[in-house]
Amino acid sequence: MKKSLISIQDFSKEEILHVLETAKEFEKNRTQNFLEGKVIACIFFEPSTRTRLSFETAVNRLGAKVIGFSDATNTSVSKGETLKDTIKMVSNYVDMIIMRHPLEGSSRYASEVSSVPVVNAGDGANQHPSQTLLDLYSIMQTQGRLDHLKINMVGDLKYGRTTHSLLQAMSHFNPEFVFTAPEELKMPVEYKDFLKDKGIRYTETTSLEEHLDDCDILYMTRVQQERFTDPMEYEKVKNVYRLEASMLDNVKQNMKILHPLPRVNEIDQDVDDTPYAYYFKQAENGLYVRMAIISYLLGYR
Amino acid sequence: MENVNKELKVSALENGTVLDHIPAENVYKALDILNLRGIDNQITIGINLNSKLYGRKGIIKIADRFFADDELNRLALIAPHATVNIIRNFKVVEKKQLSMPERIEGIARCMNPKCITNHQPVRTRFTVIDENGEISLLCHYCEKRSSIKSLF
Repeated sequence: MKKSLISIQDFSKEEILHVLETAKEFEKNRTQNFLEGKVIACIFFEPSTRTRLSFETAVNRLGAKVIGFSDATNTSVSKGETLKDTIKMVSNYVDMIIMRHPLEGSSRYASEVSSVPVVNAGDGANQHPSQTLLDLYSIMQTQGRLDHLKINMVGDLKYGRTTHSLLQAMSHFNPEFVFTAPEELKMPVEYKDFLKDKGIRYTETTSLEEHLDDCDILYMTRVQQERFTDPMEYEKVKNVYRLEASMLDNVKQNMKILHPLPRVNEIDQDVDDTPYAYYFKQAENGLYVRMAIISYLLGYR
Repeated sequence: MENVNKELKVSALENGTVLDHIPAENVYKALDILNLRGIDNQITIGINLNSKLYGRKGIIKIADRFFADDELNRLALIAPHATVNIIRNFKVVEKKQLSMPERIEGIARCMNPKCITNHQPVRTRFTVIDENGEISLLCHYCEKRSSIKSLF
């Protein structure tokens, strides 16, 4: 029975913890070769540097080989081939498909058409579960636990898929949330309803300063221009928050700053040298978590 | 009972199905949701009829056609209080109440313009969410909610 990872909610709490434990093993020893002889397709229908390189490195470090494309313009997709036909063809060649596509729901559809496991590396503004798992891993590694943490999410909470998925995944671990966002980019009602149903506490604020000093994780996000349909709305909010080192004098000692990257102006470079900055290490963690996801779905861990 | 008999005389349906208490404005949608456009059966349609309970209602009578329950239950999406009368030999032999389907396939469009189902030949699939009578549809693919108004 093939198992795919399309949405973070496809994984139970136990599976999430299993993948995080496996990632610890790969962080200790990142040179593995138990997937030797396997071929994995990385098919990216829209450009992505970080996610693609991270996945391809993960495949290589497990001993498997990568085929694929990083841009659909030179493929038969540009001749009008349907996604179904592309997936049918590729899944006949390989042991797993890792895919990114600009349309939402494309990965779920691909997993229904494919004969091999599919890993969603981002379907438009919908889901990006490997990002969520590496966020969880980073939280676990910096705090020593996942339970009973106070997480302050900052920035674009309306369109930002990373915050939505992280919220869903953290709901297994009795968290408390702070949502710091301008009026235009507040956390959507359906996610707040989700928390209410689960009895999880949250507070909302427009001020970045208000909950800097009492959170364990400060999860900063970029305001993504590409998600806006109205350019005026983007101009109004693009520089709304800017974190600087001078604002961190009274934060909790265990507090860590996470950011899915790339950042623009929301974190000043002077924050990089503080002990609270964790976002570069967080990106590195993506490698171990993706190695763990691939190993788990192929039945090797 | 007297009321029912009067209605039956009007259309004189010998065998078939009567869909009553459809909101007047949703009669055309009801025809679509049950795939009744273009079929050869005799169909009698009433719109803006007086109803003691609902003000104005619609009614659809289809001769020689009987529906499976899951087919009929789709109607609950746009006419939750509709009643179904099965007619055989001019008599009502069965009355049915609709129940809201949990899932629907192939009969609604996703409202999200970036959803894969609006760009590729993918059959739509939704989970029906009923929040105190407010019906919305959760797309199986893009995981976004569409309001019931996006049906057709």
